[in-house]
Amino acid sequence: MSEAQIKSLEEEFEARIARDEKIEPKDWMPEKYRKTHIRQMSQHAHSEIIGMLPEGNWITRAPSLRRKVALLAKVQDEGGHGLYLYSATETLGISRGEMFEQLHTGKAKYSSIFNYPAITWADIGAIGWLVDGAAIINQVALCGTSFGPYARAMVRICKEESFHQRQGYEIILKLTEGTPEQKAMAQDALNRFWWPALMMFGPRDDDSPNTAQSMKWKLKRKTNDELRQQFIDQTVPQAELIGLTIPDPDLKWNDEKGGYDYGDIDWDEFWQVVKGHGPCNKERMKARVAAWENGEWVRDAAMAYSEKQNFLRKQESRAV
Amino acid sequence: MKKEWPLWEVFVRSKNGLEHRHFGSLHAADAEMALENARDVYTRRNEGVSIWVVESKHIMASNPENNGEMFEPAQDKVYRHPTFYNLPDEIKHM
Repeated sequence: MSEAQIKSLEEEFEARIARDEKIEPKDWMPEKYRKTHIRQMSQHAHSEIIGMLPEGNWITRAPSLRRKVALLAKVQDEGGHGLYLYSATETLGISRGEMFEQLHTGKAKYSSIFNYPAITWADIGAIGWLVDGAAIINQVALCGTSFGPYARAMVRICKEESFHQRQGYEIILKLTEGTPEQKAMAQDALNRFWWPALMMFGPRDDDSPNTAQSMKWKLKRKTNDELRQQFIDQTVPQAELIGLTIPDPDLKWNDEKGGYDYGDIDWDEFWQVVKGHGPCNKERMKARVAAWENGEWVRDAAMAYSEKQNFLRKQESRAV
Repeated sequence: MKKEWPLWEVFVRSKNGLEHRHFGSLHAADAEMALENARDVYTRRNEGVSIWVVESKHIMASNPENNGEMFEPAQDKVYRHPTFYNLPDEIKHM
């Protein structure tokens, strides 16, 4: 194809997105669109399945049967969300095996938030309330994204996520109604998860060079800072209602902008964790790779069984 | 790993009276496992009463690049639509 032809295809492509048409897997698309989507969607999928690890750790230690079934269901949902997203990404021509390879070798990233430990039961509450809360804000914005399979997966995921956040907030609420130690545990979890949750929206707009392109492709409908502001404005009253204090001395309502002003985020910490030096990066990857490698014989056995059944069926039909 | 499990497409009937609709895809070693995985992945909240799975490689798909030849002929056959026919205003419902 000549350069002029590609340019006209690209223009037509951008025009389709501007008209709010969806792009489907077999449609022509610029290479950069394909690559950007593979990167973002696979990272999203990786985040879902790595996100199962900090919570999965607490299933056997949940304080009641009610909490245990809820946590089990939530962790199963995260696995399901990972699967929707992996399948959607595969429509762009990358295999599941390649994506796992990229995750396991560290070539692909996942959300930094999962490199923080869940050390008390209150952390499970804080994860549902804050981490899922932040994820929902990001994901609702993605339901209208231009790539059809991604948008459809997001709609399904958003429907399921609201239970996650509610179960988390309920855990925290119950703790704040408990003994002074339980209340302190809830405050401590908020203290540790607040700032990492704010970092989930990514770098400040000034430091986010890809935002303009992502907005054009509707991979982003709002900027990182806009989404972060939305999260803060919706979460602060939820904390106040149950008597918890947001760990930010600079947090103050700003009447003029109709939102909260907040303190500086420690971006050095953010980049450290992204680069692999967070509290749990190594542990998470070790658990993930071990799960994959220890399951290999099961996957191979299932495949061998299926091949044998096919072979026997063929022989049978020949005998007839 | 020796071989990746093949890809399957999942179709779910959400309730009797409605058609099966494409829900997504998944990997499984054989058809029975594909059905079980489809139940776990796509119907955790009563989304369906019936599931079909078919290995993706058996689906023949049209190519969007040929959409012109493929779908255009229908557009110039306006006589296939009721509005093509002129009737007197007195005829209200037809």
